[in-house]
Amino acid sequence: MAEAVDLKAIGTRPIRPDGIEKVTGRANFGADLNLPGMLHGKILRSPHAHARIKSIDVSRALALDGVISAVSGKDFPEKSGNDLGVNIIARDKVLYDGHAVAAVAATSAFVAEQALALIDVEYEVLEPVLSIDQALSDNAPLVNENNHTNGDTSKPASNVAAYQIMSRGDVEKGFAEADVIIEGEYRVPTAHQGYIEPHACTAAMNEDGRGTIWCSTQGQFDVRSNTAAVLDKAVSSIRVIPSEIGGGFGGKTTIYLEPVALHMSELTGRPVKMVMSREEVFRATGPTSATLCRAKVGAKKDGTITAATAWLAYEAGAFPGAPIGPGCMSVLAPYDLDNFKIEGNDVLVNKPKVCAYRAPGAPQSMHAMECAIDELARELDMDPIDLRMKNCSDEGTVAPYGPTFPPIGLKACLEATKAHPNYQKAKPENGGRGIAVGFWFNIGMQSSAEVRIAENGGVTIMEGSPDIGGSRASMCLMASETLGIPYEQINAHVGDTEGTGYCNTTGGSRTTFATGMAVIQACEDIIAQCKQRAALTWDLDVDQVDWEDGQAVPKPGVNADVSPLSLADIARSAGRTGGPLLGRASLNAQGAGASFSVNWTDVKVDKETGRIDVKAFTAIQDAGKAIHPAYVEGQMQGGAVQGLGWALNEEYIYNDDGIMENAGFLDYRIPVASDMPMIDTQIVEVPNPSHPYGVRGVGETPIVAPLAATSNAVRDALGFRIYDLPLSPPRVLEAIDEQENA
Amino acid sequence: MAKVHVTTSVNNQPQEFLCEPQESLLNCLRDEINLTGTKEGCATGDCGACSVLVDGRLVCSCLMLGVEAEGKEVTTIEGIAEPDGLHVIQQKFLEHAALQCGICTPGFIVAAKALLDKHKDPDEETIRYWLAGNLCRCTGYDKIIRAVQDAAKELAA
Ligand code: FES
Ligand code: FES
Repeated sequence: MAEAVDLKAIGTRPIRPDGIEKVTGRANFGADLNLPGMLHGKILRSPHAHARIKSIDVSRALALDGVISAVSGKDFPEKSGNDLGVNIIARDKVLYDGHAVAAVAATSAFVAEQALALIDVEYEVLEPVLSIDQALSDNAPLVNENNHTNGDTSKPASNVAAYQIMSRGDVEKGFAEADVIIEGEYRVPTAHQGYIEPHACTAAMNEDGRGTIWCSTQGQFDVRSNTAAVLDKAVSSIRVIPSEIGGGFGGKTTIYLEPVALHMSELTGRPVKMVMSREEVFRATGPTSATLCRAKVGAKKDGTITAATAWLAYEAGAFPGAPIGPGCMSVLAPYDLDNFKIEGNDVLVNKPKVCAYRAPGAPQSMHAMECAIDELARELDMDPIDLRMKNCSDEGTVAPYGPTFPPIGLKACLEATKAHPNYQKAKPENGGRGIAVGFWFNIGMQSSAEVRIAENGGVTIMEGSPDIGGSRASMCLMASETLGIPYEQINAHVGDTEGTGYCNTTGGSRTTFATGMAVIQACEDIIAQCKQRAALTWDLDVDQVDWEDGQAVPKPGVNADVSPLSLADIARSAGRTGGPLLGRASLNAQGAGASFSVNWTDVKVDKETGRIDVKAFTAIQDAGKAIHPAYVEGQMQGGAVQGLGWALNEEYIYNDDGIMENAGFLDYRIPVASDMPMIDTQIVEVPNPSHPYGVRGVGETPIVAPLAATSNAVRDALGFRIYDLPLSPPRVLEAIDEQENA
Repeated sequence: MAKVHVTTSVNNQPQEFLCEPQESLLNCLRDEINLTGTKEGCATGDCGACSVLVDGRLVCSCLMLGVEAEGKEVTTIEGIAEPDGLHVIQQKFLEHAALQCGICTPGFIVAAKALLDKHKDPDEETIRYWLAGNLCRCTGYDKIIRAVQDAAKELAA
């Protein structure tokens, strides 16, 4: 760990390498590519939440002038009838409003749109399953008749796809020792990631069976393997070129359009472009789970928590895969407990298949527990920070999910909160303040990077992690620090699947940590080569050469009358010393450090309208080491506002038939500039011992705490608690009325 | 359907294009004359990613027809930079890290230009209301507001 070293580049705030293209409109995103002879593809989507497909007839569509191809599920390989394939295009049943049923490719987008209306589909409408309560009730209709919990066919089929449990100690004994017990049931609605760029791709299949896909994605390698699986092709026959990506937040870690576009390209011999409308994005791409969470916590009078339980149910949508694992891992991670029990249920409903959304699973479960902890503090008449301080996880605590925490920054964040001027300031008059802790465990996984040196010493980094929030700047900073050369001399690129080594998808806050580690190691490879070249030039042994401030120098004490050789010097003469300088590294990064946060919100509630006004928001988070602090702050601010939107307004609204009623930005209202205050941030740095510069992932944690912080602030302002989100004006108004009439 | 011939000006250059009568100005810019800097986030007037100036007024190009550009002056993100370099607003967006993914950035810069053309010294609230038609899902707006404040200061100096 480089903690004792004076850092020169890391921690500065230079302009990102891809910045100019983005402020001038020159950067190319998913929908910006047009190819000669290209067709436009569109998807026909189910108008029912649950129905059997009796027949599909595309002949009238095919007869329309300009329509070149029309396909439905039966045109896709039998083999791809797994969840991924069936989500991309339905086979015998449609499972949610918006489920893809058929697709057309035509000479223009207008014609393709018209052709959709000419596809005849006959449905037998079935009763939909629309909530967790309904899904778990006796005699509920089944989303999937073949679903047995955890695959156990000895039990009857049900809507619970998976169940898991984590426990320690004896919760009954723990609760018996408690002086105070708090219990509550909390609901969080379905929310969408809300990236501003809709899904888009262009695909072209060659006559030799090799295809290329240009698309907006968080992981070009996953697009490759998933598309290959759905079309039953060899992974290596598909090349995926990632465009710039206009936001993802987890929602672009899977595929929707790509196999359909590539398949229609294969059928027509022409490139096919497909772009979703915003309505399609809402209806058919992964939102995150709506949840029902029960939290119970007991403590002694002095604040010592004696036991806690969490029962969590997450809507998975129509296919298994709600983030119950991370939900269970996170819910009690901030607390060092002897007795707990955490249960998670993955529940099928007739809604779109959920996809990762920033710290997937954690905001919902931690909303419940952090609200319960807030009630506990009130009941005990303790400061909410002191209560958490008394029970908090720290280095050496065994996390609820097993491992022992190495150094973590929770205590440091709690201490920083107490000392923060915003926390010492009085809360708004007639308003409230709420506080909550956030957490994400972070992940490492596989990354590769290459560092290529030009003849003049210029450095090109080639890696495979799509950059959603400035990660190329971080890569350049870490390379600058490691090589000891100026940031301006370095550029970073995200390669396509043929242009760079394998990288796992950007997600889980792994990129700056894991791909960054690969970049650092590739730079170290360059340094080793440079030392060798210098040794050769000077006729010294390689261990007589040092690398200092971007140049090779003889080690102190080595008697050599030579001048230092810079990276540029060595690059210039590389042909004479063994050929071009090319550094590389590939790894499976271990030891991603967990990142904790503390957030607090100051709110005012308009009792006439039920509107909640966020007066101030402060986020404190452990980044381990902030490589580019401005982009770390940006993650904290962006996550905070997403969390505030989810707490205050955002929700999927379905009618009784399971049709989404607010599939647009007008009615699914995400926060706008005039809704928000400045988001104050403070970065805490407790270095992660597993990273050369101490990095922890920072992107996920910021969305976690705002939900409970907002609930707790509204609780503080109103004097009573509203358990469910969002705290939208109608719900708040109704709660106030109920309270007044009670 | 016969295409319509439109004569207009885009970024201070005379421009002609053919389009379908029902085609939005946004699609004309992107697909007919390859100015893809203007983005589509919704096509329903709710996100501001498609912001352009028409005769100096801020409009959502997804809500205007291409044929309505006849005889007008259209400014897109590609026309914001000055001949000798970036516009102050663009520079400030870079310096303040006011973009993460950057998909909303063209729209915000065009909207901020419209604001600063009109108000030389806007307060924070004015900026927030002027930019309320532009959605950004990445930044939480904080750094965008600061970039615009700083640009206003520099333009006034
Ligand atoms: S694309 Fe025009 S406002 Fe969203
Ligand atoms: S920077 Fe991504 S939407 Fe604004």
